[in-house]
Amino acid sequence: MSDALLQVNGVSKHFGGFAALSEVSIEVRQGERFGLIGPNGSGKTTLINCVSGSLHNEAGSITFAGEEISRLPAYQRTRRGIARSFQIPRPFSSMSVLENLVVPLEFVVHRRSLHQTNTSEEAMAILKTIGLADKADTPSNRLSQVELRKMELARAMAARPRLLISDEAMAGLSSNEVAEVLGILFKLNETGITIIMIEHIMQAVMRFSQRVVCLDAGRIICEGTPEAIVKNGDVQKAYLGA
Amino acid sequence: MTTRGAGFWIGAAVAIGLAGVAAGVIKNEYFFFAAYPILMYVVLSTAWNILGGYAGYVNFGTAAFFGLGAYTSVALIQSTGAPLAVQIFGAAAMSGLLGFGTGLLTLRLRGIFFSIATVAVIFIMETLFINWRYVGGATGLQLLRPAPIWPFESYIKMLFVVMAVIVVAAVAVARYIENSWIGRGLHAVRDSEEAAECSGVPTLKLKVFACTISGALMGAAGAPMPMYLSFIEPASTFNLNYSIGALASAIIGGTAHWLGPVMGALLLTSLQQYATVNISNEMNVLVVGVLLVVFVVAAPDGILGLLRKLKRAK
Repeated sequence: MSDALLQVNGVSKHFGGFAALSEVSIEVRQGERFGLIGPNGSGKTTLINCVSGSLHNEAGSITFAGEEISRLPAYQRTRRGIARSFQIPRPFSSMSVLENLVVPLEFVVHRRSLHQTNTSEEAMAILKTIGLADKADTPSNRLSQVELRKMELARAMAARPRLLISDEAMAGLSSNEVAEVLGILFKLNETGITIIMIEHIMQAVMRFSQRVVCLDAGRIICEGTPEAIVKNGDVQKAYLGA
Repeated sequence: MTTRGAGFWIGAAVAIGLAGVAAGVIKNEYFFFAAYPILMYVVLSTAWNILGGYAGYVNFGTAAFFGLGAYTSVALIQSTGAPLAVQIFGAAAMSGLLGFGTGLLTLRLRGIFFSIATVAVIFIMETLFINWRYVGGATGLQLLRPAPIWPFESYIKMLFVVMAVIVVAAVAVARYIENSWIGRGLHAVRDSEEAAECSGVPTLKLKVFACTISGALMGAAGAPMPMYLSFIEPASTFNLNYSIGALASAIIGGTAHWLGPVMGALLLTSLQQYATVNISNEMNVLVVGVLLVVFVVAAPDGILGLLRKLKRAK
């Protein structure tokens, strides 16, 4: 397909004798809202780590915007437009919220220009859209859980991604907070950013995604619209064990 | 240049000026012999902090870089009779190279594994120089100090002022790195290496860069050592005490700011020198241990952290 932004072809990953991913293939289109679900340990985060470069896949290929990227280090992938948040937030805890955003601004967006005077203003603008502007000078190790999640999304945004991977950005949040983060993701998608959402909160994935893939034990067991996924017998079996 | 930048350079000029004036006024040469290691440790600790403090990679190999710097000087003296300035730059280049190589090989390791690998570098270096007869081998080499350059009347006084200049250079480099995008990248590495990579930070490149610069500065600090002692010998040159002293000074002073290692080294090494001169040579090792334990328990962010706390309390 010509409008595919991300193509994962036959990707496998083993940890010792354990096959975390076996020949997984997915395709994410430009501008799409893509959901990735599966029970614990099914390989969702491993797949995302292979796409973002935190891990390297053993077999298969990963193509982003027509370029094979599976041998590139993570920072090169970020510079090509793949940004992510982490399942367990990983703030730069010695820095303020604003400085957290300045890192990708300096290393991705403005790395070729020597006079980076506006990075703070730019970071501030991103914080405003995400609703964290009043926390700009707060040390990031003093944020609440929901603020941390938002900051991770803001930091990912600061890298000006074409593809944003949200790895359980809503885990542990209250339903109001889930709605808030979901709103942010919808807003980002409207600006043209393709989004892959990994989530355990079914309500959120189902509402958000246009297309969903379900992983189980490192294999894709089902792919389709949210409605089709919910009704699928294999998915129900994987989740409920029935 | 900002006013803060101007303030730093004025302070730097004053520091060198004071060292020069002291060399002119103070007649007792022993003062300079005792004060030289204090300045030397400011350089070692500042250099250590670039990788250890900013990037969080604890390097135990300071002695290897320092020792290679010292032996580079000896090799240059033996082969060409090179002047002190050439020795210092040559030493910085060699130790920088060692930093680059060590970095490439070991900086993929994290945490304690990296630290252990750096200890190994000391043993490799020591073994190498024990077996190199040209620079003295295991028995060492006696060196004759050349005549001091005008206006200095003694070589030790000259070395003292030269070391003060190296201090300023090292601190200026550390300060530049700290305040630039490089420093921010290194801090990101320390906080979360994975998140740093995913924010576009080329973590391996930055770490290797930090290790190279850090190594080069340690080498520069080692370069005048053979002439300071008029003697060189592998076991004392590649002594783990250099590694411990550099690391302890940075931790005691505080690793977050360039001022930390400077204050830490001034305090720790002054106390050590005092203990060496007035009590015994063994006591100075105890000073390091006791101070380190006290600070790790009572002030984990070092002197800087303490000062900041006091400021906030006011």
